[in-house]
Amino acid sequence: MTARDLPARAGRPGDGRVRHSVAAIGRATFLAAVTGFFALPMLWLASAPFDAHPTITTSVPELTLANFRALLANPYLLSSLGNSVLQAAAGAVLVVTLAATAAYALSRVRIPGRDALLYLLLLLSSVVTGTAAMVPIFELATRLNLIDTHLGVVLTLSGGLLPAAIFILKDFMDGTPTSYEESARVFGARPLQILWHIVVPVIRPGLATIAVWTVASVWGSFLTPFILLRDPAKAPGAVILYTLYTEGGAPRLDLISAFSLLYSLPVVLMYLFVSRKYGFRFHGGIKR
Amino acid sequence: MISLHGLTKVFPGGVRALDSLDLEIADGEFFALLGPSGCGKTTLLRTIAGLETPTSGTVTIGAADVTSLPPGRRDVAMVFQDYALFPHMDVTANISYPLRIKKVPRAEREARAAEVAARLGLAELLERRPGQLSGGQQQRVALARAIACHPAAFLFDEPLSNLDARMRLEARTFLKRLQRELAVTTVFVTHDQGEALAMADRVAVMSAGRIVQVGTPAEVFRRPSTTFVASFIGSTPMNLLPGVVRDGALRVAGGALPLPAGLADGEEVVYGLRPEYTDLSPSPRPDAFAGQVSVVENLGTSSLVTLEVTSPDGDHLVQAVVPEDDGPGRDAPAWPVAGGAAWAVPRHPRALVYRDGALVTA
Amino acid sequence: MSTDAAGLGRRRAVGFVLPALVLIGVFLVFPALWTVYLGLTDFRLTGLAAADPKMVGADNYTAALADERFHSSFWLTAQFVAGSAIAGQAGLGFAVAWALRDRPGPVKRAVEGVVLLAWILPSSVVAFLWLALLDRDQGTLNALLHTPGFAWLLDHPMPSIIAFNIWRGTAFSMMLYGAALASVPPSHLETARLAGASTFQQLRDVVFPHIRGHILTNLLLISLWTFNDFTTYQITAGGPEGRSEILPVYIYNVALSGGQLGFGAAVSFLVLLVNLVLALVYLRLLRERKGAVA
Repeated sequence: MTARDLPARAGRPGDGRVRHSVAAIGRATFLAAVTGFFALPMLWLASAPFDAHPTITTSVPELTLANFRALLANPYLLSSLGNSVLQAAAGAVLVVTLAATAAYALSRVRIPGRDALLYLLLLLSSVVTGTAAMVPIFELATRLNLIDTHLGVVLTLSGGLLPAAIFILKDFMDGTPTSYEESARVFGARPLQILWHIVVPVIRPGLATIAVWTVASVWGSFLTPFILLRDPAKAPGAVILYTLYTEGGAPRLDLISAFSLLYSLPVVLMYLFVSRKYGFRFHGGIKR
Repeated sequence: MISLHGLTKVFPGGVRALDSLDLEIADGEFFALLGPSGCGKTTLLRTIAGLETPTSGTVTIGAADVTSLPPGRRDVAMVFQDYALFPHMDVTANISYPLRIKKVPRAEREARAAEVAARLGLAELLERRPGQLSGGQQQRVALARAIACHPAAFLFDEPLSNLDARMRLEARTFLKRLQRELAVTTVFVTHDQGEALAMADRVAVMSAGRIVQVGTPAEVFRRPSTTFVASFIGSTPMNLLPGVVRDGALRVAGGALPLPAGLADGEEVVYGLRPEYTDLSPSPRPDAFAGQVSVVENLGTSSLVTLEVTSPDGDHLVQAVVPEDDGPGRDAPAWPVAGGAAWAVPRHPRALVYRDGALVTA
Repeated sequence: MSTDAAGLGRRRAVGFVLPALVLIGVFLVFPALWTVYLGLTDFRLTGLAAADPKMVGADNYTAALADERFHSSFWLTAQFVAGSAIAGQAGLGFAVAWALRDRPGPVKRAVEGVVLLAWILPSSVVAFLWLALLDRDQGTLNALLHTPGFAWLLDHPMPSIIAFNIWRGTAFSMMLYGAALASVPPSHLETARLAGASTFQQLRDVVFPHIRGHILTNLLLISLWTFNDFTTYQITAGGPEGRSEILPVYIYNVALSGGQLGFGAAVSFLVLLVNLVLALVYLRLLRERKGAVA
């Protein structure tokens, strides 16, 4: 027991020690319960894909990789993953680039009313990206000839994600001292050089956070591609997952489970990679 | 040479940070801008660097008017208070960054960075990131980066304030020697009068956007031109006592002191006397302030003695610095002791007289 | 010459902000305004009114405000936000962050990892996972609890989707509070502990005052997200008999399934107003904090 753990009132040391260990047991129990609660629904994803006869019950699987082989038979499944990658990557590039430039300018140049504007956009984005604006968005995409194109999906999703991305990155920028840029400026660096040499590397953890967040959002989004894409050859995984039914209307659990796992892996791996490389620091979106 | 003419800076919102300020800084000079926080000294430094645009007035560096030039084309290097070392670059990349901007080939700029780094004792640290360096090392990297681009002038913003007390003394000596060796015009900002006096060739004391006094450290210390400078300069604050001229003598806090030239009968003045220029006498004298010792503070080689002086025109506190070898009782129980009577005797040539806040010169 | 740190200048700054604003304007603000306009018409998905919608003024709004189904949906949404976002995600997220704040690395990484995983998985997959967990006949939960045939989604739809949303969204609050707790100076906590404060007193007197800004921002964001969350549609579709029909699901059912686009748009606009009020309340609280400090 370290000095820090000693009870604050030294009067009854035994009492304090008992209370301390009760607290430790309580905390361990709590953490175990939390882990159980969060892990429980995922068990199915770990077992069913490898089960020869998957049901929705989680059980010890009759090990097989046949389900994954069955995926190859469906022409749209693998291409849908390619579509997901394409849309997510394009969305991430677009959102990170536009949000970073906008957040940078908004953070460094005084524009009256910018905070109110940002809050308003943030508010709009959380409402409009839902089901409410789907009809106008469909009409808009029709008129702009964006129906059945990846571009339409990417632009629509990016428009919805940008306000929050700008908001988070601006907060990140506000927390970065201006002396970095001023210092480079005194040495003669031009604004774009400063941006590229200094600002981008310094806020890289923030950019990584936004990129991961965008990829995960686009990767998981269902409604927008569902409405804007008709050609199944262009549909992303989230939409294709809902086509895996038998002709009688029963879900093909073998395909669904295997594809769910396959479809989840990239975002999980990306998260692991980025969090190891940059570390997620939660500067973002937080007013201190 | 850096010269500033009629420099005024008014920030949006109406704060007047600089108020038609004139200043000349000679080639190779180590120049301090000294003042309390908010006096405009950092704004002045940033205006020289080009990071702030003056509302009116001109900035000349060398022979060129640089008032409308962007910071990168003024041929100055600045060291920021937080050093502004780029966290994602190692020491070599940080030091050679100004050369990278000037499109010096990589091999050459790295060689030059290594050379400057070696000179500042950083040779072992070239591959470290700023986060892996101590405060003192970071400061030297920032200096190396400034030196590497061979500018016409250095600008330092509070160069020592991010160091701990002990490092600060070392860095002070180091910085002064470095400036001597390089002989490049250097302007630095500080709020610490000790730093300014110790390092600078000349000091400008600032208040409310104006320069109150410019001079060598000795001039500024011995003959502060106003009561503001008098109270700001010196590690122990100057005694400033109200006085009046009567019957051919200066009457201050119960003492009758010799009258300096240029004062007429009946005039009210402020009598300024540094504790370092005040002697303490155990026996009564007419040209001294009689009082009771209230506090004795040991300063190591000397003691700071505070007297409570009661006089017809009010009560005052008068401080005196008593060297350890001085005073009648240096072996015996220490004198002065709190509660005892003592007389503070001004060393007359060092005493200053202010009329309406300004020094009365003979 | 400009006075911003990088010497960007106003014109280049506008150029930096403009592309993002254009995209937001076209794909976010414009559809939103369109929704407002649609709310004033009798626009329908099919039929005569689809080809030639007529202005009906505030009819949709008065109809919505008088609609029993809207009332019950609104009430369910309030329960959903209060239960799953404010009490659930924020409460559990804080508790986990607090319990993990000085745990050894492996324990911390494992617990954080599994909580984050629930957040990262695509929502389509997540919906299947919960259907599998809560299924009446073959669900994992019934197998675990030995309660075969217990119809969680039919008999307790609201608690089910509340539990689901807690599971789905706690990670954000946990990460945010983790960062916030790291910003509380240890000396403040130690001072409280030296004075003999209990854990509860430490939280009340030291931690909460310090991270108040974080808490309000967190509550604002997760309330808005939960208020507009559509994922539960993939689990209960609002049923049975509308007993889990929160507002986003209600809008979908009315506008896209029921074809009453004008009416749906009007309800969307009402939701936007409620969100606006919610945001203003939080912002007001946030500003009060700043005022108190200054």
